Amino acid sequence: MKIRAQIAMVMNLDKCIGCHTCSVTCKNVWTSRQGMEYAWYNNVETKPGIGYPKDWENQERWQGGWRRKKNGKIVPRQGGRLSILAKIFANPRLPEIDDYYEPFTFDYEHLQNAPELATTPVARPLSLISGQPMEKIEWGPNWEEILGGEFDKRSQDYNFEAVQKDIYGQFENTFMMYLPRICEHCLNPSCVASCPSGSIYKREEDGIVLIDQDKCRGWRMCVSGCPYKKIYYNWTSGKAEKCIFCYPRIEAGQPTVCSETCVGRIRYLGVLLYDADGIEKAASTEDTQDLYEEQLKLFLDPNDPEIEAQARADGVPDAWIEAAKRSPTYKMAVDWRVAFPLHPEYRTLPMVWYVPPLSPIQSHANSGAIETVGELPDVRSLRIPVRYLANLLTAGEEAPIVSALERLFAMRIHFRQRQLGEGDGQTVLDQAGLSLAQVEEMHRYLAIANYEDRFVIPTGHRELAEDAYGLKGSCGFTFGNGCDFGPPHSSLFGGKMGRRKLNPIRPLDT
Amino acid sequence: MSENHLNTLLFGIYPYVCLVVLLLGSLIRFDREPYTWKSDSSQMLRAGQLRLGSNLFHYGVIVVILGHFVGFLAPHWLVSPFLSPIMHQLLAMIVGGIAGLIAIIGLSMLIYRRLADPRIRLNSRKWDIAVVVMIWLQLALGLLTVPLSAFHMDGVLFETLTSYVKGIVTLDMNASSYMIGVPLTYKLHILLGFTLFLISPFTRMIHIWSGVGALAYLFRPYQIVRTPQTRAKEPIRP
Repeated sequence: MKIRAQIAMVMNLDKCIGCHTCSVTCKNVWTSRQGMEYAWYNNVETKPGIGYPKDWENQERWQGGWRRKKNGKIVPRQGGRLSILAKIFANPRLPEIDDYYEPFTFDYEHLQNAPELATTPVARPLSLISGQPMEKIEWGPNWEEILGGEFDKRSQDYNFEAVQKDIYGQFENTFMMYLPRICEHCLNPSCVASCPSGSIYKREEDGIVLIDQDKCRGWRMCVSGCPYKKIYYNWTSGKAEKCIFCYPRIEAGQPTVCSETCVGRIRYLGVLLYDADGIEKAASTEDTQDLYEEQLKLFLDPNDPEIEAQARADGVPDAWIEAAKRSPTYKMAVDWRVAFPLHPEYRTLPMVWYVPPLSPIQSHANSGAIETVGELPDVRSLRIPVRYLANLLTAGEEAPIVSALERLFAMRIHFRQRQLGEGDGQTVLDQAGLSLAQVEEMHRYLAIANYEDRFVIPTGHRELAEDAYGLKGSCGFTFGNGCDFGPPHSSLFGGKMGRRKLNPIRPLDT
Repeated sequence: MSENHLNTLLFGIYPYVCLVVLLLGSLIRFDREPYTWKSDSSQMLRAGQLRLGSNLFHYGVIVVILGHFVGFLAPHWLVSPFLSPIMHQLLAMIVGGIAGLIAIIGLSMLIYRRLADPRIRLNSRKWDIAVVVMIWLQLALGLLTVPLSAFHMDGVLFETLTSYVKGIVTLDMNASSYMIGVPLTYKLHILLGFTLFLISPFTRMIHIWSGVGALAYLFRPYQIVRTPQTRAKEPIRP
């Protein structure tokens, strides 16, 4: 056994209000640059929907993630090494920028400079790729916001697999949920495996997956290799870029920007200790529905003295072991089993997990007597079909989702009964298999969700590896040579691709 | 300047200037400007014709380049037992002709796409366009030599050119003398070829090195983990 530590994230979808603060703060910090306008390291999708980029979950089309061969070995779904190299000249599974959306701005200048006109001047959309006016904006990063668009299109959603979806097109039966997405910082990343230059790597000490910008050659195989479509090709710099889990902040013990700014307090960051030697075996599990359980087995109990000793021997710092004992992500994923990986069937062993959302009791169940099982409402009569959540989070296996939803309900009913003086709320706990101590802790973490409970992040120990004094006063986060300020330096070796000019044609001008 | 001097300059000295710039320039770019080292793909902006064009061009041109290496640099004792000079020339004409034709068809599609598609056109550097046009000319000159060679089927001209290339590689100071009297098409093809070497370090053609380097992918494990210690050894670029 080789123990490594990772800062893992859990998002409590039950509390996500879809405000996009995470997306906007992330964009302002990391991707407000030419070539990356279309890229959102963090985006929030309304489900059901085909998402961003379009249809990203459909791996028949994009060939992301891993495939298990007959002999039990796994290979990237888009092909083995030779096959990937053979496709290097034109990646057949690369999304076009229109699959995300054509990035645009508006011709604000026209509002200032327009001559006197019979009609009010308007700011027309301008393409950020060509600089030309766009007749009509056809798609955007969040086109399906709050079930925007037609059901016919949205119902192409891959998670409707084995769900009788037609009835969910009716107004009375419709349902929705939000799904914030970032890079999963997988234990078995298929982007790393797909990179012909070997420029993508996982950091040993905190599990963050990064792209070495100096080593990336722009072969684009990672873009199709990642089943979550969370690697973006910067069409100006010619390099791939991805969510960096705000590693400069994580190293300093601060939460990522998306977590810090989340107004719904849905995000949790904490240390998970895992067995690095077990990754390949877990990812090669035959039945995709077992992948969730197999990944859970990789997470090690930090309170076990043997695990603690082994972790210390493997070089995990003491502060990290202590943080692992207080880790909110460990509690949610392992202790309470209310958090699940996103699409474990891709076999990448993702490390951003989700607490499934509760939803209103269906109206047709509501009109009669509410269906209950013991003291709990029947979670199968919730508005969001259990099978839909299972397709999203457990490769279609419903039992763990049912159990988690029951626990979340039990917590609510228990506290309501206590507050209204309707008894001690013990029977509902027994039914959901929770102890009083557990439910009180769940309440503290999920309902109160204080900052210091949500984020338990030990600082990195960069000083052990490099001369931190030498780094003092040097550039912060930068690309290429030199600090990033002012116009790009000219260089004998050329730099960026293209010089886009915004060149509006204004037919309204007279 | 007499014709001989010009011949020495163009075919005796210029090739070495080009090769030195290619090697030193690549080395300096690799060391000092690694962030600029990339293939500069525009597939993301418009896939369309790129898939067919790029595959045709790249696979065609790889065969052409490998053919040049093998044809010109394979030692005499290795080839002569199997191929007579005439057979050797015939093989080069057929294989090179077909591969060159495939490459130039693909490249024509790529040039059309680069110039005709406003998205790609607006996001092309001058050098991006210059490079594809130069390669197209080079392929065209190369293909022109195929019918020309058909008039010299005795293999003598072919042997002369081989001696010239071998002379350049083996630092034979009299190599340029082989080029006296060689038809103009061949001369232009050789000059443009060396010019492509010359501009490589300053253009996207630099990614040819990486294409060769990517072969290392075949032999590495799928997963890569970096420790703080290995990361600290990477150069800090202030």
